[in-house]
Order: sequence, then C-alpha cells, then structure tokens
Amino acid sequence: MLRFLFTRVSLLVPTFFGMTLLAFLLIRLVPGDPIETMAGERGIDKARHELLLKEYGLDRPVIVQYGIYIGRVLQGNLGKSMITQEPVLKEFLTLFPATIELASFAILFALLLGIPAGMLAAVRRNSIFDHGVMGVSLTGYSMPIFWWGLLLILLFSVQLGLTPVSGRLDFKYFIEPVTGFLLIDSLLAKDFGAFRSAALHLVLPMIVLGTVPLAVIARMTRSSMLEVMGEDYIRTARAKGLAPLRVIALHAFRNALIPVVTVIGLQVGVLFTGAILTETIFSWPGVGKWLIEAINRRDYPVLQGGLLLLGLMVMTVNLLVDIAYGFINPRIRHSR
Amino acid sequence: MSSDPIVTATVTDAQLASLAGLSEPAAQPTPFREFWRHFSANAGAVGGLVIVITVLLIAVFAGVLAPHSPIAIDNAAYLKPPAWQSGGSWTYPLGTDAIGRDILSRLMYGARLSLSIGVAVVALSVIVGTCLGMAAAFFRGVTEIAIMRLMDVLLSLPSLLLAIVIVAILGPGLMNAMLAVAVVVLPHYVRTARAAALTELSRDYVTAARMVGAGNLRLMFREVLPNCMAPLIVQASLGVSTAILDAAALGFLGLGAQPPSPEWGTMLADAREFVLRAWWVVTFPGLVILITVLAFNLLGDGMRDALDPKLKR
Repeated sequence: MLRFLFTRVSLLVPTFFGMTLLAFLLIRLVPGDPIETMAGERGIDKARHELLLKEYGLDRPVIVQYGIYIGRVLQGNLGKSMITQEPVLKEFLTLFPATIELASFAILFALLLGIPAGMLAAVRRNSIFDHGVMGVSLTGYSMPIFWWGLLLILLFSVQLGLTPVSGRLDFKYFIEPVTGFLLIDSLLAKDFGAFRSAALHLVLPMIVLGTVPLAVIARMTRSSMLEVMGEDYIRTARAKGLAPLRVIALHAFRNALIPVVTVIGLQVGVLFTGAILTETIFSWPGVGKWLIEAINRRDYPVLQGGLLLLGLMVMTVNLLVDIAYGFINPRIRHSR
Repeated sequence: MSSDPIVTATVTDAQLASLAGLSEPAAQPTPFREFWRHFSANAGAVGGLVIVITVLLIAVFAGVLAPHSPIAIDNAAYLKPPAWQSGGSWTYPLGTDAIGRDILSRLMYGARLSLSIGVAVVALSVIVGTCLGMAAAFFRGVTEIAIMRLMDVLLSLPSLLLAIVIVAILGPGLMNAMLAVAVVVLPHYVRTARAAALTELSRDYVTAARMVGAGNLRLMFREVLPNCMAPLIVQASLGVSTAILDAAALGFLGLGAQPPSPEWGTMLADAREFVLRAWWVVTFPGLVILITVLAFNLLGDGMRDALDPKLKR
C-alpha cells in the first residue's frame, strides 16, 4: 500500500510543474507590455518603466522568471490582485467555502437522486421507468446549464415566487463567517431565519450544478448494476433463496458502487466548470464568479492564481479518489 | 443479449429460412452497410440523425427559410411575444428580442454558427490530436512523455476555466473561442489516437510493412491510421456536442461570438436581463442548444455502438 501511495503521489510532481509552467506561460501570452497594462491609460515615463521592469524581474531571462515564479508559488505567494491589491491566495480562500458549499450540495443532490434512479432502472431493465431514466439522464447530460438556471429562475422565482433570484443570503441577515459555510455558520449563530434564507438561496444553484453529475451518476450506476447482476454470485444468492431486495441491496449494490466512486471523483472538474456558470447566473459569491469578474477587469494575477489553485484542487481530489479506490479494491494497488 | 435455449428451440422453419436468407451473402457486406445495419436498429440514433440533418438543412437554407434578416431591427416591435400569445403576431412567430430582432430568424442563422463551430473545433482537434497521439505512440521516449504529460496537465484543469483563460488572453471573439475549445478537448483525441496506434503497432502487418522498408510517415498515415479510425470517429462524433455546448457557454459569458452575431449562447447572454419579463427571449435559444446537443449525443452514442462493439454495454 505504501508503495502504491508513493508512486501515485510521485506522478503528481511533473503534472504540478507542468501546471505552473502553463499558468506562467499563458499569462506571458497576454499581448502588450505588462507594465504599461498596469499603468493603464495614464501611461508611464521611461525611467519609471525601467525601474518597474527591474522590480518585477521582467528584465531577466524567461527561464529565470519561471524559477522565481515557482519559488513564490511553493511559498504560497500567488501575487496580488491588480484591482484590490489583496493577495490572490487570501481572496481565493475567502471565497472558496461558498463554492465548496454549493458544489458539495450539488454532488449530494446528484448522488441521492442518481444512485437510486440508476439502481431501479437496472433492476427494472427495459421497463418504462428504465427508458424514462435513460432519456432524462441523456437530456440532463446535454443540458446547457446556463440556460437551465435561467429556466428554473423563470419558473420557481418569477412565476411561483418560491425561491430568491440570486445571491447567497437575504440582505437583512448578517452572519459572522466562522467556517465560511453559511448553513453551518447560521446554525452556530442560532439564527434560524438566516438558515432558512441560506437554504432557500441554495436550492436552485444546487439543482443546476448537480444536473450533469446526476445524469452521469445515474447512467453509471445503471450500467454498473447491470454488469454486476449478471455475475454468477448473484445467481447463487438468488438460487439459495435470498429475498430479491436483499440480493440487490447487499450483494449487487456494494460491488456496483466501485465504478460509481471513480465517476464521482471525475465529476469534480465538471463541478468547478459548472460552478463558474452557475455562480455567474445566480450571483453566488464564490470562486467562479470571482474569476469571471477578474476576466472583465483584466486582472491577470487572479486568473493565473485561480487557474493554478483550481487545477491543484482537481489534482488532489483525483489523488484521493485513486487512494480510496486502492483501499476498496486490492487488485488496483497490487497491479502497479 | 442472452441466448435463451428454450427460445432458440422453438424457432419455426419459416423463421429459420428467413434467417438463412439474411445471412446469405447476396452482396458482400461493405463496412458501411455493416455499420448502417447496426446503426439503423437504434431508434435513438436514427432520431438524432434526423434532427442533425434537419438542423443542417435549416443552417444551409437559412437565407431562404428565415422570414427576416438576423440583424434587422424593427423599431416598432421590442420584446414582442410569440405568435400564439396575446400581443404576438405571425410576422414574428417566436417573438422579438429587446431591440426588435426576429428570434426565429436569429435562431436559424445561429444554426450556421453553432454547426460550423462544432465541426471546425472537432476537425482541428482531431487532426492535431491524431498527429500528436501517433507521434507519441511511434517515437516513445521523451516525445511520448512530453506529449502525454502536457495532456495530463490540460486534463486536470477544469475545461471551461482553461478555455476562459485562453480566451481572456487572446481576446474575446468567435475564432479565439473555437481555438480555446479545441485546445481544451485536445487531450481526449491524443489519448484515443495513441492508445489505438499502440495496439496496432504490435500487429504483424506493421512489422511486415517495416520489413519491406516503409518509412515512419508512411507507416503512420497509410498503414496504422486507417485501422485507428473507428475509435477516433466515435470520439469525434461525441465531441461535436461538447464543442457546441462549450462554445455556447463561452458566448453566454460574453467571451465567444460577439453581438450582434446570432450565436445561440450569445443570444442567451443578451436575454439574461429580460428573464423577468420576456420568457421567450430566454427560452428558445437554450431550447435549440439543448435539442441540437442532444441530437449529436444520440448520434454519437449510436455511432459508438455500431462502430465499436467492444464499448457497447
């Protein structure tokens, strides 16, 4: 197991350096002189230009600049936002809980609906229910979620008036951030009005962000269940007279879950991508909205840092999933 | 499919005869005919194909079919509802947008953009991806490591985020958005091409071709590539839907095609602020994106099942 862990982690090193190189080079592709961009429309005199060039190390060879950049990244210094002058890492950490809260509820929503739906579809194979689940999940998979969000706002917020249109909490509440997760913080503060408001704000974004993972998980659960149900030990369990529900729930489901776990891990990248769109539609104050605003303001350090940090998150989650997988399934860890 | 012995035993003579008739090689089944036999048995795939062809025809004949120009502004008809709602008229069957442009016409012209985006992005990434994947499989060593590590990096970044950063750097616009999406989906093609080429490279015919003196380029493109086509075609046909969806998402974020271009995602971006009072400006562009993407997904699934029986579940 240790060896498996070690090889798996060591594979990350080149990917990490590749990612920093990419983040570094992409920003260098920005057309125009960075100092002049920073100075804005007022312009800058030549002496000061030289000075700043030296100060930012931009007069050195590219490879040295990359070395400096890597050194800073490893110390957790991702530069400062050109607009707010706040460190990028600090801004990211302030906003990230909002994105995590949204993403975890989205994946929870997808799991709670997707796994039972996929299981039932597999058990009742070729029934109307099965065709229905498969049809709906293919539709969900093809859904432009930015439109799906607008549609839900149209229905639930505008027509029915059930949910708020945007934001994370009603203006009349203020919750001191402790964990950064509003649902937890409002409970800690014993402010149940705020909790209700936060929950209502969460419902639509959660559905929107959870739609694609839901579709993928339902499809995966179904096909994995179908495969397991064809195995000999299921027939044995049936033959010895176990109740059908027991066979499905205990014997089939557990083994069918293994590929589903992998798929859940792979959905993390999808979730971050979706979060960018979902947060934009619902004005959810998270990392995705922050990045889109950074683009509109041409705040390159924020873009560079955000790209790197989200990439690292995806990398870490994939690593954790692989390790979890190695624990669940011994064949995996011995094959490497 | 399980072959139940009881069912097999009760097949009548007439059925047997018809089965024999089917398997009789009246004409040598060409690869295409073989493909079509599998493909046409899949109702969803055929439905997808019909929709794709319809959208294609609309795109080609948009100039004839569309009642108005996609950028013509009618000062007398802001946010007119669709024809069947009170206040609507058949002059504008699906209503007008905030500056009085006909939504139906814009959607029809938009089909041109979305289809060309889908095809262009996939073509670009298939060509570049195949070359890189083949190079990785043929030259192994440093070349392979460099290419595959780079692809791993691209894969571990959230796709839309990477596309957004690329567009933010190159500047918003349709061409740059297409380029960004092509870069983002590239790793899938590289991996598919490499995996397929690696399997083929161990076959005898490759050794034989090498022995008669075929050079690397000839081996790559004349011998190995034709045998790697099936998985690449499958990947490409599923990729069109991703390309359309991602490009529309960039358009929605204001980074893709720029107004007044009738690109579907861009239309949605314009419509966002009217969600509270004009449902039709928001509903129709998204609906056509959904239908088109769904059709391409059905088509791609059908192609996969027909071309690559190994992947079929």
